[in-house]
Amino acid sequence: MIVAFIQRAIVQGIPLLFGSTGEIITEKAGHLNLGTAGVMYVGGISGVIGAFIYENSVETVNPVLAVIIPILTSVIGSLIMGLIYSFLTVTLRANQNVTGLALTTFGVGVGNFFGGSLIKLTNSDLPSIALSATSNCFKTQLPFADKLGWFGEIFLSYSFLAYFAVIIALLTSFFFNKTKAGLSLRAIGENPATADAAGINVSKYKYFATCTGSIIAGLGGLYYVMDYACGVWSNDGFGDRGWLAIALVIFAVWKPNLSIFGSILFGGLLVVHNYIPNLTMASQEIFKMTPYVVTILVLIIISMRRKRETQPPASLGLSYFREER
Amino acid sequence: MSKNNKIHEPLFHIVKRGALPFWLSWLIRIIAIVASLIVCGVVTIILTGENPLNIYKTIIEGAIGSERRIWSLFQNVAILLCISLAVTPAFKMKFWNIGAEGQVLMGGLATAACMIYFGESLPSIVLFPVMIIASVVAGAIWAVIPAFFKANWNTNETLFTLMMNYIAMQIVSYFVYLHSNPVGSGKIGIINSTTQAGWLPKIGGKSYLINIIIVAVLTIGMYIYLKYNKHGYEISVVGESENTARYVGINVKKVIIRTMLLSGAVCGIAGLLLVAGTDHSVAKETVDGRGFTAIMVSWLAKFNPIYMILTSLLLVFLEKGASQISTDFGLNDSFSEILTGIIIFFIIGSEFFVNYSVKFRHKDKEANKK
Amino acid sequence: MSKPAIELKNITKTFGSIVANKNVSLTVNFGEILSVLGENGSGKTTLMNMISGIYYPDSGHIYINGEEVVIRSPKDAFDYKIGMIHQHFKLVDVFSAAENIVLGIDGKSRYNIKDSIKEIKKITDKYGFEIDLNKKIYEMSVSEKQTVEIVKVLYKGADILILDEPTAVLTPQETQKLFAVLRRMKESGKSIIIITHKLHEVLSLSDKVAVLRKGEYIGTVETKNTNEAELTEMMVGQKVELNIDRTEPKNCENRLEVLNISCINREGVKVLDNISFTARSGEILGIAGIAGSGQRELLESIAGLQKLNDGNILYHDPKTGKIDNLRDKTPVQIRDLGVRLSFVPEDRLGMGLVGNMDIVDNMMLRSYKKGKSLFVDRKQPKTLAKKIIEDLGVVTPGTSTPVRRLSGGNVQKILVGREIAASPTVLMAAYPVRGLDINSSYLIYNLLNTQKENGVAVIFVGEDLDVLLELCDRIMVISSGTISGIVDARTATKEELGLLMTKHGGEKQ
Repeated sequence: MIVAFIQRAIVQGIPLLFGSTGEIITEKAGHLNLGTAGVMYVGGISGVIGAFIYENSVETVNPVLAVIIPILTSVIGSLIMGLIYSFLTVTLRANQNVTGLALTTFGVGVGNFFGGSLIKLTNSDLPSIALSATSNCFKTQLPFADKLGWFGEIFLSYSFLAYFAVIIALLTSFFFNKTKAGLSLRAIGENPATADAAGINVSKYKYFATCTGSIIAGLGGLYYVMDYACGVWSNDGFGDRGWLAIALVIFAVWKPNLSIFGSILFGGLLVVHNYIPNLTMASQEIFKMTPYVVTILVLIIISMRRKRETQPPASLGLSYFREER
Repeated sequence: MSKNNKIHEPLFHIVKRGALPFWLSWLIRIIAIVASLIVCGVVTIILTGENPLNIYKTIIEGAIGSERRIWSLFQNVAILLCISLAVTPAFKMKFWNIGAEGQVLMGGLATAACMIYFGESLPSIVLFPVMIIASVVAGAIWAVIPAFFKANWNTNETLFTLMMNYIAMQIVSYFVYLHSNPVGSGKIGIINSTTQAGWLPKIGGKSYLINIIIVAVLTIGMYIYLKYNKHGYEISVVGESENTARYVGINVKKVIIRTMLLSGAVCGIAGLLLVAGTDHSVAKETVDGRGFTAIMVSWLAKFNPIYMILTSLLLVFLEKGASQISTDFGLNDSFSEILTGIIIFFIIGSEFFVNYSVKFRHKDKEANKK
Repeated sequence: MSKPAIELKNITKTFGSIVANKNVSLTVNFGEILSVLGENGSGKTTLMNMISGIYYPDSGHIYINGEEVVIRSPKDAFDYKIGMIHQHFKLVDVFSAAENIVLGIDGKSRYNIKDSIKEIKKITDKYGFEIDLNKKIYEMSVSEKQTVEIVKVLYKGADILILDEPTAVLTPQETQKLFAVLRRMKESGKSIIIITHKLHEVLSLSDKVAVLRKGEYIGTVETKNTNEAELTEMMVGQKVELNIDRTEPKNCENRLEVLNISCINREGVKVLDNISFTARSGEILGIAGIAGSGQRELLESIAGLQKLNDGNILYHDPKTGKIDNLRDKTPVQIRDLGVRLSFVPEDRLGMGLVGNMDIVDNMMLRSYKKGKSLFVDRKQPKTLAKKIIEDLGVVTPGTSTPVRRLSGGNVQKILVGREIAASPTVLMAAYPVRGLDINSSYLIYNLLNTQKENGVAVIFVGEDLDVLLELCDRIMVISSGTISGIVDARTATKEELGLLMTKHGGEKQ
């Protein structure tokens, strides 16, 4: 049972990991993107649209294309979301909170709209969106995973996107700590005027960070539909995971490698009620709030300790205008 | 750079504007709204293939096509406006309270709890004050927790209030399962459907009129509070510059906590109006994202309660209209969220042109040549 | 003769209606140190910001190595090997010195901090800097931060270095060290532009001096052919005797007794160390000192904005003779004691006024709480606003104009006007004429003198020694948080003050 629990925790955690890695990149550039929830919806639905059109246009599904097409459409969808956000907040210096919330409204709307209307819009005669063929391609496991017992189940039983999430998180961590570009990006989030004076193109980096962040977060949505939900899109099915991803950023104190563990912990907290015997439906709901409570505790503790290294990026939420006097 | 590089001046650069005349700044905003409506029309045409005039007609019909719809429109405006009023003092103080969703929900939950527990035992004359107090207190508590930490340790309020929303939702969920009716359905159903105990009274046979009246009074009250009351003045000073506030002896901590208590209390009233005045039930989805929409309403109106009547009307009008499009053309009702998103993007973007002007360099250059 | 490294021709820059630079031209050669001299607000920093790509000029030309260039961004500036050390350091607090130094350097996408440190070491050894490259900026002293800034631009290969008031925050010893480094750089062929308003530094360090006055370029002179008198004349225009009317103090009573106060700031630095003095009614007490010697903390602790670690502040009530201790009281508690204390802070729009509020609302800042009514009364403040606009000649479209839209002098008139209108018994003013034109400055001097004649105890924090000597009755000099002397302004000399200002400096940080 513990094996199954860890497995479920990881599966639950992966979308959060994508989301939080994306959000960390964005926040490190000084942009609090509250639109992440919307971006993840769009990432998911764009993948679904790609897969749906592809599945319906061919007789037999080519496994390589079936994976590449949804990823590609998902990336495009999230990229557009990232561009909207960065155009408004970077170029037009709009308020980030308001823009982010509008982006969430918009993104969730897009997700649910196409989720609900795709069949009608494409004049298809299918009863519902169930992309099992595509989903199966996404869920291809390592061939020897089931021969390794519990070890295989805990570490090797996931679809490739799950490993991809971990790799991206590690790469992001490497990017921040060991590359010049990562250093520049962190400097922008801390003090854009300094970065600007150092000859760093602040706007370019901000665009880069929000767009890359969006794409990565969007993959979280894709993973959710294709792997977790087995290719079945249901409206609002993705739920509050986008907000949980933002919570995870705080929990991981803006460190992508910590968010790997954080995501599994959060995933575990989300499903732990299923593994505690004799819980009523009502008390299960109480358990579901633990990730948020834990996040608040972390938030309080870091603000009380005032340790400089664990604070949010200093210019988080502020627009930068060079000639400000 | 290579030595033979031709001198190329930047194509344009951005300059912060001085004061714009009142009419010009509003002209820019109106142009933005018109542009957004055109884009919305185009998007709708692409998705439905309908004639654009039909679409706008449908929007108008959906929003104000019948008496029932007009009532429903105003009822929705009232709720949204109420929540927007609630978040405004906090925003004026530059306290990013994005936890209205949770604060309203807690107010609603308190109301529902009173209706369930005391609906049969207490007479209306006692029940209503109890409900009001409970909802106001519940909303205020939910708001003051993040304020307390912000005031004392400068804990990031945006993230804190955001998290509080989801805790509130889970608490409501818990409550709903405890009291689900019929048992096990996971829904609470209409509370006191036979006795109507705790339901806000109908005025002149109109069930939503009382909501509208209460919110109208709140709007005027909030306008006066912010503009003429000493507290309102303190809020502006704290929001503009904490240093100045310290200098003139304003107790910043006290103002933060007091303002958030007020913000939460008004959210609590919104919860009361939603549960006792409209839904007569409570669920995780009762507030339905209006806590977030309210932030946009308040921000778009520049934190002015009177303008907020217009901005909330605009957003609700569109939402109603767009959902009519969805019904008429057989689309999913999330369509309205897409349109709302587009319109807000445009309005947010237009603020840039109010505050900054873009100067093109080549004009100067040509002038120099002459 | 050496080649010109950088030439500016007819540079003009305006901010709204304010002309910051008007037709400025200057030239610097390689292996040369140029001082840009000018009073506060003469446009020195704006000019340098245009060379370093922070601002973009409205018109004019810049030549580097004889070729016309366009500097659109700091990155362009670096490409032309221009490096600027800003007055407010542009460093990322949570980064280490080495991380700040390598920030923004092109080249390999990966970097190894150890290799970078080795490279940086070469530079620090060459010019003789002492610095711990692994130390985080937020743990550093001001002079360490400045060293990081200089190493940073050198590491980026700058040949033209611009330093904006580098000595304002340094002790004399640190200044000497800095100058030694700058001379070494000059010898190795670099061009250095140093912005300052301290004449003795100009004379001891630079080869040439360019003078700006109120945004206008006055001229460039060779240092060896000039002297303080000539430079001062260029800087302030025709030689002006200040001729500030000064009356003899009358009916002096002890009004404010500051006894042995000490204060340790958030960074753990002792910013006030055992300060004791008395401010008397009918007298102007001047406070002189290098910027950042504790002037701000001193005034703020009297005003109830700064917690003290030690000492007492006693107020003698002129009517009742009662003595109150103001230590650790809030501004409201001080007011409730009946102490009429007015304070014109250094940061006018950030502290004394609210920039986005109109003049009337700013008038209410101090008085809005009066009365039992729940609502604010705007009638009296409006009358007051009109009176101040008329009496002090404030140039404004009306009383409902946000003060942020007014020019610096008018902002200051509003602030001083409001503080005086409260009919104080103690009036503290920090740099009240900074950035003001001559006429406005005199208006402020007169206002302070009138207050003095009315029996107010005036405390005036200034930077211009001539003004201090002509306006004040006594001058207290502070240096690194301690009092280095209190002198009679009628007999003291500039040299005496200058000496006191640097007396204790350098013994501690």
